[in-house]
Order: sequence, then structure tokens, then C-alpha cells
Amino acid sequence: MKKLTKLNPWYSLIGIAVFAVLLLVVAPSVLSMHWINNLGKYSAWAIVAVGIGLAWGRGGMLVMGQGVFFALGAYSMAMHLTLETAGPDATPTFMILYDPLAAVPAFWEPFRSEWFTVLAIVLLPVIVAGVLGYALFKRRVKGAYFAILTQALAVALAVLVSSTIRETGGDTGLSDFKYFFGYVLNDDANKLMIYMITVGLLIVCMLVAWQLYRSRFGELLLATRDAEDRVRFLGYDPANIKLVAFVIAAVMASIGGAMFVPLVGIITPQEIGASASILFIAGVALGGRASLFGPVLGAMAIGWGQSSLASSWPEGWIYILGLLFIVVTLFLPNGLASLFSRMWSTVRTSADRRSQAERRLAA
Amino acid sequence: MDALIPPLLNGSAVGALLLLAALGLTLIFGQMGVINMALGEFIMVGAFVTYLTQLVIPSSDISIPVALPVAFVVAGLLGLLLEVSIIQWMYRRPLDTLLATVGVSLILQQVALQIFPAQGVPVENPGWLQGQIDVFGYAWPYRQAFTIALALVCVAGLAAWLKYTSFGRRIRATVQNRDLAETVGVRTRNVDRITFFVGSGLAGVAGVAASLIGGTNSQMGVQYIIPAFLVVVAGGIGQIKGTIIAAWVIGVAMAFFADWTSGSLAQVLAFVLVVIFLQVRPQGLFTVRTRGLA
Repeated sequence: MKKLTKLNPWYSLIGIAVFAVLLLVVAPSVLSMHWINNLGKYSAWAIVAVGIGLAWGRGGMLVMGQGVFFALGAYSMAMHLTLETAGPDATPTFMILYDPLAAVPAFWEPFRSEWFTVLAIVLLPVIVAGVLGYALFKRRVKGAYFAILTQALAVALAVLVSSTIRETGGDTGLSDFKYFFGYVLNDDANKLMIYMITVGLLIVCMLVAWQLYRSRFGELLLATRDAEDRVRFLGYDPANIKLVAFVIAAVMASIGGAMFVPLVGIITPQEIGASASILFIAGVALGGRASLFGPVLGAMAIGWGQSSLASSWPEGWIYILGLLFIVVTLFLPNGLASLFSRMWSTVRTSADRRSQAERRLAA
Repeated sequence: MDALIPPLLNGSAVGALLLLAALGLTLIFGQMGVINMALGEFIMVGAFVTYLTQLVIPSSDISIPVALPVAFVVAGLLGLLLEVSIIQWMYRRPLDTLLATVGVSLILQQVALQIFPAQGVPVENPGWLQGQIDVFGYAWPYRQAFTIALALVCVAGLAAWLKYTSFGRRIRATVQNRDLAETVGVRTRNVDRITFFVGSGLAGVAGVAASLIGGTNSQMGVQYIIPAFLVVVAGGIGQIKGTIIAAWVIGVAMAFFADWTSGSLAQVLAFVLVVIFLQVRPQGLFTVRTRGLA
């Protein structure tokens, strides 16, 4: 665990720069629109994963219900896009389907405003995660209890959304968006723009995480993960430290959800429930929860596996996913990133030895 | 008053199912610090065993009583297999066991989906359960009463086993101080395995009862595991008393919430209820007093 954080933080910054060039410059010029869109989808999931890496990898809080916050962003965005598609003062089609005289529910109305939507995407998770985190961390609910409670919330929310077909579209979810903040969605140039925004947000989130990890807060968060009581004895309140990390993770999940909607064109309860939340965890665990790049690359790999295998060989995909959980936790608790850093340190030590030998020869 | 009786009775039956599931969870968590997310799938296994028993013994009058011990043993052996193959390598790392068993749970669900039809299989109620008792004018199905009786018998059996047998004493010794127990000759590895067997077996028994009350399909475990965990959280780890009370309260509360609002909102409300309860008693209803840091 400790080793992973010892890597010079500036290397990570170079890594982020290379990653940004790859995604923003190389990918659009090489890949077809279909794959750009897919890559955008994986990037949206990767944004969520950066947050999970912060809360779980660094803070030790296993958030099994990140689908909840993903949902807050995704449904905020989807409600706005649905209303935008319907036109000013009009009722969305799916509501009229069940009841021709249906009124738009009161909680939908503010989402007509673009600014309100953007604010909601950021502030709703702050409020929900803030209240929940405050209630749990102040009473020192942690570890497995915390994980289970967050998952319980995800299950409950997905069931709730499924059953409210008139208000949220129920199991069929929200789809058929035509516009994205005034831009026509069915246009390759605009699709590319949405991809660019998503990747840009991913890079920003990684930079935020990078800065947090090397800050005093990052140190405290690590300390809280490894020895919460000692942090308390030193006069800090671990609850506040965890709360901040949990809320930031929630906001990132919400942003990821918000960008997921225009990229994929649909949001359903399936994307926010227990199994979706578990997929997020799978990506982060696979990549390496405590590292900066691990969660991002892991989430992208899982996203790719999901979209390429789940349709062609669904039962096989589930087995692979299940085995992944078992094998990673048994043999690679720090994910593939630990494999990389282990290799890196082997290379470094052998290089050191060689240069020492050369020096000895020269002398 | 009349409106209170049906949710009270239905909720008690649901609570009894949750109790059976939660007993296994809390026993295994309290004993070994292991969280078994696949326990919901062990319930599913118990339910499918009931269905298979009915295929072998068509008379449901006999097949249900036969299914109970069979489900206990099958689910128990599955738990034992899980312990030997995966869990024993990650003791005292609850979060890791949680993740690994999520994988096991995914695999078991998929296996069930490939063997049995996706829409589920029918389990026939035996004749002696197809009746109703009149409770203040409400016709209460026998099978719900049967579930409660079954849960009470299992709990009483478990409590007696833990309290009065020498093996139970060894379990309690291991829970309280593993190193000391080992020093005085308790084979704690065996204690772990048998506890895992019994805890998983109880989930199998819960599965038999679940197959009589609700549907039997590959997704059924999911709907029990989360409320069962809420029970464990609210009841306090490894506390049979707490588990009984919490299971009953949560089962009944969910039934009442479902009556007042809707089944889906009931789950959210049950969650909120538990979080509020944790503000009052963060360690659950009953806790083992220790000098450790909370």
C-alpha cells in the first residue's frame, strides 16, 4: 500500500499530460465516430472511478452505491434534455403517453433552466452525500457497514425509480434526446464536442485528485484510512476528512453520470442500481484503487469489456466479472497498478545496480 | 386496528425470513470478520433445492419437510467450499471478503440462470400449509405462520447449540479471544469451518421458506441480502437477541411503509430508518462491551 504513494508525484502529472494528448488529439484523428462515442462513455465511467479511487483507495471508504450519485447527475441532465427536446412549456412525450393531460411534475420544472441543471449536477450530490456522510461518519459507521449501507441506498433508489414511471420514465428510463444545451445531438461535430467535454472533465478530475493526493489533506486522508484513531488523537476529526473525500467522490460520480446521458442517449434504473455500482468498484479494484491511473484505466477496461462482451457473450461476461472480483482480491489487492509499480521498482533497482557497477569499473 | 393487523402479520413473516438470513450473516461476521455477500444466493440455492426435491418426491406434503434438512446441508456444504477455497485466505479483511463474495454471488446467479428458466420455477405449497388462520377477521395464510415457527425453531436451536454444547462453548471462546482459545487447545480453524457451514445452512433453510412465500428465481437472493444486512447493522454484530428484534422491526416496518406508500418507497424508508437508528445507537441494538476503540 505504502509503496504506491511513494512514486514521485510529478511523474503522474506527465502521465496525465500524455493521457490528455492521447484522448484529445490522437483518438479523434484515428478512431471512427462510433468508437469516439464509446470512448466517451468509458471516460464518463472513468470520472466516477477517479472519485471512487479517492474515497476508497485513499480514504478506505468502500462506496458500493456510487450509482446513487451517478443517478443524481444523470437524471438531472436527462430531465433537462427531455424538457429541452419537448420545447418550452411543453410536456415531455413519455408523460403524455400515460396521461394526455399530464402536468409536468413540480420537481421537473426547474430543470428547464440550463443553469439550474448545471448547478444541480454539482450541488445535489453535495447535499445528499453531505447529509448521509455526516450522519454515518460522525457516528463512526465505517468499513463493511458503510459499504453495505451505501449499496442498500443504491438498491432502494433503483427500485424507487423503476416504480415511478410517470415521473421518471420507470424501467424504460429517459431517452430520445434531440438537443444538448442548444446543440443538435444527432450531429457528428456536436458528438465530438460532447466527447471532448467529457474527456476534458476527466482530465480536470484527475488533476484535482492529483493535487489532493499530494496536499496536506491527502496525507490526512491516507492517515485516516490506515490509523483513524491516531489521527483523532492528534486532534483532527477523521469524520470531517472522510466527509470531504466522500462528497468530492459523489460530485465526480454525478458529473460522470451527467456526461453519460448525452453520450449514450438513455438513462435507466439499470445504470444506477446495485449491479452498475458494482461495475464501478470492479474497474477501480482491477486498475488499482490507491493509484491515480489505476481507477481510470480499470474503469475504461471494464467499460470496454462490458460493451464488447456483454452483448455478444453475456453469460461469459458475468463469469469473467465474477472471477475478476475473486482473483483481484485474492492475488492483486492493489490492482494492476501494483503490478506496474512492482515492475517499475525492479527495473529501477537493476538500473541502479548497473550504474553502480559502471561507476566501480570507471574508478 | 383492522388496518394494522395485515401488515403486522405479513411483516412478521418477512421478518422471520430476514432473521434466518441475518443469523447466518451475523454468525459468520461476528465469528470471523467475514462478510458473505453470496449469502443471498445461498437462500436462492435453498429455494431451488426445494424445487428439485419436489421433482424427486412429487407429494409436497413430504417433499417440504425433506427439503429443509437437504437445503441446510447443500447450502452449508457450498458455504464450506467457499470458506476452504476463497475465504480462508483473507481472514480479518472484511472489505476483501465482501468484494470476493460479490464475485461469487455474480457467478452463482449466472449458473442458476443457465440451469433454470429465467422466469423462475414453481414451488407447490403442501396441503398442510394451504389454509388460513383467522386473526381478528384477517385470513392469515398458514405458510406465513410456518415461516415464523421455522425461524423460531432455528434460532432456539442455534442459541441452545451455542450455549449448552461444548462445541458452542468453543465457538464463543474463539469469538472472544481467538489466540487464547487456541492456546488452551481449541482448534479454531475447525470452529471457523463449522460456523461457516451452519451459517450458510441457515440461509438454505431460509430459502425453503422463501420458496413457499415468494418466487424462486435466479434474482431472488438480491432482494433478501440487503434487508438482511440492514438487520445485522441495526441488531449489532454477533448478537442473536439484537438480530431477532431488528429482523422483526425491519420486516414489520417495511410492511407498514409498503401499505402506506408503495413497496419501492418502503425500501428507501427502511434505509432511512436504519440510518436514523444508527444516530442513536451506532453499534446496533446490542453490543459486546469491550475496551477497544469504537
